[in-house]
Parts: sequence; structure tokens; C-alpha cells
Amino acid sequence: MHELQPMHDESPAAAPVKLGRAIVVTSGKGGVGKTTTTANLGHALARRGARVALVDADVGLRNLDIVLGLESRVKYHVLDVLEEQVTLDEALVPDKHSEHLMLLAAAQTREKDDVDTDKMRALILQLRERFDYVLIDCPAGIEMGFKNAVAGAEEAIVVCTPEVSAVRDVDRVVGLLGNKFKPQLVINRLRPQLVKKGKMLSVEDVNAILRLPLLGVIADEPEIIVTTNKGEPLALREEGATAGAYHAIAARIAGEDVPAPTVESKESFFDKLGAFFGGRRP
Amino acid sequence: MIEWLKKMLGTQPSSNTAKERLRLVLMTDHLALAPEIIENMKRDLVDVISRYVEVDRQKVEIDFEREDRALAMMASIPIIAVNRPGGGTPADEAEPTPAAEAPPAAQATASPSVAATPTAGDPAKRKRRKKPSANPATAH
Repeated sequence: MHELQPMHDESPAAAPVKLGRAIVVTSGKGGVGKTTTTANLGHALARRGARVALVDADVGLRNLDIVLGLESRVKYHVLDVLEEQVTLDEALVPDKHSEHLMLLAAAQTREKDDVDTDKMRALILQLRERFDYVLIDCPAGIEMGFKNAVAGAEEAIVVCTPEVSAVRDVDRVVGLLGNKFKPQLVINRLRPQLVKKGKMLSVEDVNAILRLPLLGVIADEPEIIVTTNKGEPLALREEGATAGAYHAIAARIAGEDVPAPTVESKESFFDKLGAFFGGRRP
Repeated sequence: MIEWLKKMLGTQPSSNTAKERLRLVLMTDHLALAPEIIENMKRDLVDVISRYVEVDRQKVEIDFEREDRALAMMASIPIIAVNRPGGGTPADEAEPTPAAEAPPAAQATASPSVAATPTAGDPAKRKRRKKPSANPATAH
């Protein structure tokens, strides 16, 4: 596949407006939590006072609206804007909870090939003029939908679960992106108990293979399912380990020097010893 | 080493299996080659080097290492003997024949200093002598 070109500021001379950052959230494999991660990081960034636009690039399989709880408010979508049926302002949906957050939904009844890559690139640039962050929720796969989602981005967040298939696909996607997108890793759905028992790849295992800057680790929490059911992303909460993890990742994206959030997965020597003696300790 | 550990510990955690499988699959993914092609490449590599120096085929090790975004092939090819400069070359690229194999063998015994390599030893020499005699046999 040909090299993908990230969108960089091309006219530094004529740039009075400070452009926001366009970050594509991608993974290759489906079902690893790209949309959930996009929604939560969007809220976590908006909570910091940043102006955030979330763009659903999964044309034909739109979901970001329902995860955000905005499905009833969507009137127009990204293709309406690209095809100049409506203005960007008409299509942007304000969030229910955060005044800093807006959604540009995907078209549900159209196909990924309907998107004009150059127009998509121009649209993202337009959004960057108005928002501090433009998070693009990339569809699964590495075909046209991926290329369109990546077209206007200049950075990438790759979401990976601790599974062989997800790691392999992320490896492929990172190879396609190249270093220009400065891909950073979010490890999603980690189950520390399984890691402890040697039944799940650890954060170290995954990143020994991927070798990417780690933004943070999100545990496999039932609460994430519950909040998705309700359309109220977990990152809206002030309390809780997982909400805190999203907040920390947002802080790291913003350039704050905070440690990458992780979940307890380290096994001490005495744990191993205990396990070896079948739980009976002298 | 890994095999030895497996034997010692009985079964290994499935996460280790996952790790090992991933490592191997990504190696081949990155090379975009099938495993048998790697074996062929190893054989051809040793064949080419064997035209110039005598190598211990049994101990040839080829490995792939990934550093950052790059993949490196590491080959360890123990040399048993180096022919005297200007001396009779071993068999060029022609099929090895018993006659062509004779000079290097004679050379090695005549001047042991030339054949001084870390792996040069009696067992290795015996192995080496066995080999040339085996090759023409299969060629016939």
C-alpha cells in the first residue's frame, strides 16, 4: 500500500489562526473499543476546557452518536457537509453534557466509497480552525474508510486489546501509518486478574511487540458497558479509576507530564510463591 | 531454551503461547514471506558462503530481530576452514565431485594454521569430511 500522508500545516506564512490537532483513533481490527475510546477521550478533553469536535468516519455503520447519547439529535451527517447539502454548523451536533463538545455524525445509509478523500481532508482542516481537538473515529479495516478517516489527521491514537488478533492488526495499521502520524497506544479492556494468572497478554507483552509510546491502559470494566447503554460516557464522571484513566490520557494528549494510567497487573514474588504452594503460606 | 523451560514447567501460561505465536506471525508478516521461503533463503545463503569458506551447516542460525520499526536478519554461520589465499579454490560453483573435494581436505590437514577458527575441532572436522562424501552420493 502506498504511504499515507499526514495533513500538516502547509502555509505557515498565512496562518493567523492556530489550528487544532486532528487525531485519528484507529485499530485495524473491529470491536476493540475505538468508538468508546473516542467518545470518552472527547469528553475527557472537553472537561479540561478544550473545544472538541468528534467526527464519526464510519460511514454506513455509524455508532459514535449512540455511544454519546446524541442519536436523537443528529439531523445531518458528514456526507451532507462534504456534498454541500448543508453547512458545517447545521451538521454539528452539540453535546448534551458538555458545551465544549460537538459531534459530526457519519451517514448511515451511504457507503465508505461515497466519501471524497480530498473533501474529507478539507473538512478536517476547516474543523481544526474552530476546535482545539478533532478526534476522528476510524472504521475497522484498512480500506477506503480507513484512508478517508486518516486523510485529514496529523496524529494517531491506536487502540489495542490484549489479544493476538488485535495486536497483529495494530501492527499492520502502524506500518501503514508510518511514524509521521506519531502513533500512540491505548491498551483497552485489560483484565488484571487474567494477566496475573498468565491467561492474558500483559501491557508489557503487548508493547514489547508494538513498541509504541503508551498513552494509557483502560481496564475491562462492566461500568463501561453500563455507561454505553445509557449513552453517558464514563469520562463524564469525576470519580472512579476508569474515569480517572481517561482523564489522565487526556492530560497526556494535552502534553501534561502525568504518568500513563495503568491497571494493577504486577505479580510480586510472594504471589508467585503463594501460587506455587497452592495458596498455603507458612 | 524455551523448549527446555516448557519441559521443566510442564505447561506454560497461555499468555506466553500468545506472545510466542505473535512474535512468529509478525516476523513472517513483516517479511511478507512464507516460512518455507525463509528456510530456502537460509539454505541459499549458506550455499553462497560455502563457495568461499567452509561452514558448519548444522550450527547455522538465522534469526530476525525487530528494532524500533526495523527488522534485522541476524545470521550466525560458524566457519570451519578458510582456504589458503591463491590456493586451489573448492569446486567454484560446479557440482561437487569427489575429485574437487579432495584439495580442500588435503589443505586443511596440511596447514592447520589456516583452518584455525573458533569452531574448528576434531568432531567438526569429522562432520565436514562426512559431508563432501555424502553430497556426490546424492548427486549420482
